[in-house]
Amino acid sequence: MPITPTHYMLLSAALFIIGVIGVMVRRNIIIIFMSIELILNAVNINLIAFSDQLHNVIGQVFAVFVIAVAAAEAAVGLGIILAFYRNKESVNIDEMNLMRW
Amino acid sequence: MIDTFIIPTLKILIVLNATLVGVSYMTLLERKVIAWAQSRLGPMRVGPQGVLQPIADAVKLILKEDITPSKADKWVFTAAPVISMVPALIVYAVIPFGPVVRLFGRDVSLYITDVNVGLLYIVSVASVGVYGIILAGYASNSKFPLLASLRASAQLISYEVAVTLTLVSVILMSGSLSMVSIVNAQYNAHVWFGFVQPVAFVIFVIGSLAETNRAPFDLPEAEQELTGGFHTEYSGMRFALFFLAEYANMIVVSSVATTLFFGGWLRPFPNVAALHFLDVIPSWTWFLIKSFVFLYLFIWIRATLPRYRYDQLMRLGWKVLIPVAILNLVVTGIVKVMLL
Amino acid sequence: MAHAIAFYTLAAFILGFAILVVTTKDTVHSVLFLVLDFLFVAALYVMLNAPFLAVIQVLVYAGGIVVLYLFVVMLVNLKRPPEAHSDPHRMTKFGFGLAGAVLIELGAIVVSGYMKAPAVTSPAQNLPVSGNTEQVGWLLYTNYLIPFEIASMLLLVAMIGAIVLAKREL
Repeated sequence: MPITPTHYMLLSAALFIIGVIGVMVRRNIIIIFMSIELILNAVNINLIAFSDQLHNVIGQVFAVFVIAVAAAEAAVGLGIILAFYRNKESVNIDEMNLMRW
Repeated sequence: MIDTFIIPTLKILIVLNATLVGVSYMTLLERKVIAWAQSRLGPMRVGPQGVLQPIADAVKLILKEDITPSKADKWVFTAAPVISMVPALIVYAVIPFGPVVRLFGRDVSLYITDVNVGLLYIVSVASVGVYGIILAGYASNSKFPLLASLRASAQLISYEVAVTLTLVSVILMSGSLSMVSIVNAQYNAHVWFGFVQPVAFVIFVIGSLAETNRAPFDLPEAEQELTGGFHTEYSGMRFALFFLAEYANMIVVSSVATTLFFGGWLRPFPNVAALHFLDVIPSWTWFLIKSFVFLYLFIWIRATLPRYRYDQLMRLGWKVLIPVAILNLVVTGIVKVMLL
Repeated sequence: MAHAIAFYTLAAFILGFAILVVTTKDTVHSVLFLVLDFLFVAALYVMLNAPFLAVIQVLVYAGGIVVLYLFVVMLVNLKRPPEAHSDPHRMTKFGFGLAGAVLIELGAIVVSGYMKAPAVTSPAQNLPVSGNTEQVGWLLYTNYLIPFEIASMLLLVAMIGAIVLAKREL
């Protein structure tokens, strides 16, 4: 069976769901951030698979922007984690409830 | 069949073997050159003039006891030297040792492959090599190696930025990312890029010294600092693998500098017909000669200059090299557009 | 045939390492599995005729972002694992079930939508340059220059933000 974009979309959906499970189930905030990176990678796979099928480079340009935004988000998110760790000595997301009612 | 499987496999075998032999003899070359710089003779006992010293070193290191710290992470502890060594070896897939030559009745290209993103491939592989150092310090489960490895990796990723910016200036000059096209661009432009981009070349040399943890930037692995740096807990063949990885990185950086800034396989004045008698020296020999000059330069700098302190090192990387590299890039862009 | 073998192998590795990322207890091992995952995704991009994206994936994701994660993991390396006590309010099994249901639904949409839709064609892209990197660069600097500049400003803001957030004293 030739590899159609359907295969790539199924791979992308499975990777996306694994990332979503990571975000929902784990309590270590660094693992949650890494699951978000998995989600962004799933989206990238989808974009590039379609860029290859339609012979249009615009999908890859979009993927470059996704990677740039992921880098920016990772940097700022990890800065926030470090600042929080310095105050509370924990990276458990259940303990990050300072502003809850 | 022959062209797709046998010839590339032969090329890979030749390049890998030559690299590994070269790396082990680099240890001897370094000890000899530093010794001569200090008015002494270096290793002289094993073999004539000490030529068999690397073999003696290899035998000693293989026979040493293999110690793993008790609470260390076994898998990561074993994998870290391998992660350090592999990027240094796989860069050779894109380095061109010569053009297409006629060997045994078929056209053979003297490079393993020519990817059209070759230069970016080299940069990305170098950035993966940082993991070996971080993981070595972490897996040792000891304070000194951890601190030293964090310092070393911070140094590496800082100087990576400066080196990548100088490579972008070279890409601007050549118009392509493929290593073979860069050498051909130097042939067409009748000048080596090292003379057209002197600032980029100087920044590349300084940045590569820091990238390969060589003196004067070798604070993370110096013995007087932090008791031996990130490889304190390593002994025997794993320790040897770290050092071989460092020398392999040095050879890689020399090869890349040769290709980008000094014409690769081209002889001096490649377009001047009067110097055609120089063509009796084959192209790959010119490449090896130029790389050797760079290696000698690296060892010479180690024998001569004192060590940078860590904060001086980081200040140099971020506050001096990166702005100068960006300025060089802007000036190159302006000149290129105006001369178009 | 070789294409299919390559795709299935890469897909198996990518999904396998992704599951390992999400389920490993030790954070450092999780980060290492993430690096391997990204390297296999880069190999997938090479298969999809996107060599520039593949190298950018290795350079930025595997060589930059995950190094950052590794640094932070080592700086917050706690003696007791952070998930020692399980939270009774968290509905873990329900989360798994819901995610599985969404996956089945996504799969059904993908497969059925692709069976019914006509073959998609798009007009041939006429760019004055040839070669993958050159085409991406052309689009970035002509049609999509404004998003490019905004992305660079975003990265500048992120850089300043990260430094300010992680500094000890302002």
